[in-house]
Amino acid sequence: MSNSIISIKDLSFGYGDRLLHKGIDMEFPRGKVSAIMGGSGSGKTTILRLIGGQLKPTSGQVEVDGTIVHKQNRDGIYRLRRKMGMLFQHGALFSDLSVFENVAFPMREHTNLPENIIKDLVLLKLNAVGLRGAAYLMPPELSGGMARRVALARAIALDPDIIMYDEPFAGLDPISMAVICDLIRSLNDALGATSIIVTHDVAETFSFADYIYFVADGVVAAEGSPKQLMASKLPFVKQFIHAEKDGPVPFHYDAPSMKEDFAL
Amino acid sequence: MNINTKTLLKFFEKIGRSFSVRALRLGAATRLFYLILIYSADSFKRIHLTIREIYFTGVMSLVIIIVSAFFVGMVLGLQGYYTLQKYGSSEAIGVLVALSLVRELGPVVTALLFAGRAGTSITAEIGLMKATEQLSAMEMMAVSPVARIIAPRFWAGVIAMPILASIFSMVGVLGGYVVAVPIIGVDEGAFWSQMQANVDFRFDIVNGLIKSVVFGIACTIIALFEGFDAPPTAEGVSRATTRTVVTSSLAILGLDFVLTSFMISG
Repeated sequence: MSNSIISIKDLSFGYGDRLLHKGIDMEFPRGKVSAIMGGSGSGKTTILRLIGGQLKPTSGQVEVDGTIVHKQNRDGIYRLRRKMGMLFQHGALFSDLSVFENVAFPMREHTNLPENIIKDLVLLKLNAVGLRGAAYLMPPELSGGMARRVALARAIALDPDIIMYDEPFAGLDPISMAVICDLIRSLNDALGATSIIVTHDVAETFSFADYIYFVADGVVAAEGSPKQLMASKLPFVKQFIHAEKDGPVPFHYDAPSMKEDFAL
Repeated sequence: MNINTKTLLKFFEKIGRSFSVRALRLGAATRLFYLILIYSADSFKRIHLTIREIYFTGVMSLVIIIVSAFFVGMVLGLQGYYTLQKYGSSEAIGVLVALSLVRELGPVVTALLFAGRAGTSITAEIGLMKATEQLSAMEMMAVSPVARIIAPRFWAGVIAMPILASIFSMVGVLGGYVVAVPIIGVDEGAFWSQMQANVDFRFDIVNGLIKSVVFGIACTIIALFEGFDAPPTAEGVSRATTRTVVTSSLAILGLDFVLTSFMISG
């Protein structure tokens, strides 16, 4: 995949002595929707933070548009982030600003556009996510799905090259989930952007992603198109996709033996 | 290694850890202070943010400041008159009230009230912004939270505190006047003239203002740091808010002693 906008090479990252990632390689091709899947605590969100330069790898590197992220100074990282939009798990809307001002925020910070242009652009972005009518509501007045859509409008405010989604479907009802799925795909194609979704929702992700990485035990356990992964015989992938209780991922957390704990 | 040696080692380890955690936090707070100064120019470009914060920290604290000041002034009037009349100098009540307020009670009580009213609200707000990933979102939008969130609140606190302390002193003097003149019956002319003659602008008023600026810096930086450093959980924010009040109160009283020593000796 030579047309990658993001390349992750031999990436290791950990907190203290505990390594969360042990030599991960990933490529994210331009214009495609890629997903990173895996169980809770497998370090999926950490990969997004490493791409955004919020964390530094222990070893290896993340390259965004030909630039090695962790070698940049603060200004360099900020320059890279202007090419990125990120949707946080619960939206992370600024609670003291209205929906309109939330979406206008990146425009006001990074451009000198006149107020009438900002107004038109914000309403266009909100229209794209179906919330033009909610422009003057405050974040606490929005439902979870609406907040996620406003955050999406804010993430695409400056037409970024890369859009990252951290658990975009978590806690949403089926209708909101379908709306978000549709928006991710349609916005990606309309903007010509590259999307990376971190999630553990199988059905939704398999319905629209172009390429999927499975992360487990700090490494890429499997990768491929949804069709290839559906046909995969790998025990971890089978267990994950079919939500099986038994498999390589144990039900019990590491614990002393029953004999020891119950003094049998 | 016998049990006593092990216990002793654990004891010293605990003390060492506690000191190193405190030293690390002090270092982090100093770094935040440095970053605030670096990003202040950026923050002043968006002066409306600082003005908005002056409203939230200063104007919104006015009611508690005015009411407290009035009562403090009245109590000073009563207590002062009770003591001074024993020595036949009850006309000096105006001086006593004014000097107590301008030199000490104005800056100190205002700072304590500020820490309780505005400091806790700053810590809780920033702690919750962190817990709900608003600060991370800002970082990911290539906007520095220090420039956009922290620095405007810092300057708002530093600007608001001396103004609030001055208002406290003025309202306190009025409270003392209400008790001393109309209620007790001290001569009005003596009340004001003695105050005018004995309160020195440089030594009393300016020194009081210097104190309130220093307390403003201390209270605001403590509140900001505690919020910024709070673990992103409900318990973390609640503990940080408590620490803001405790640390600010101790810092205010400690700094007051140090500043007073310098002012009296200098």
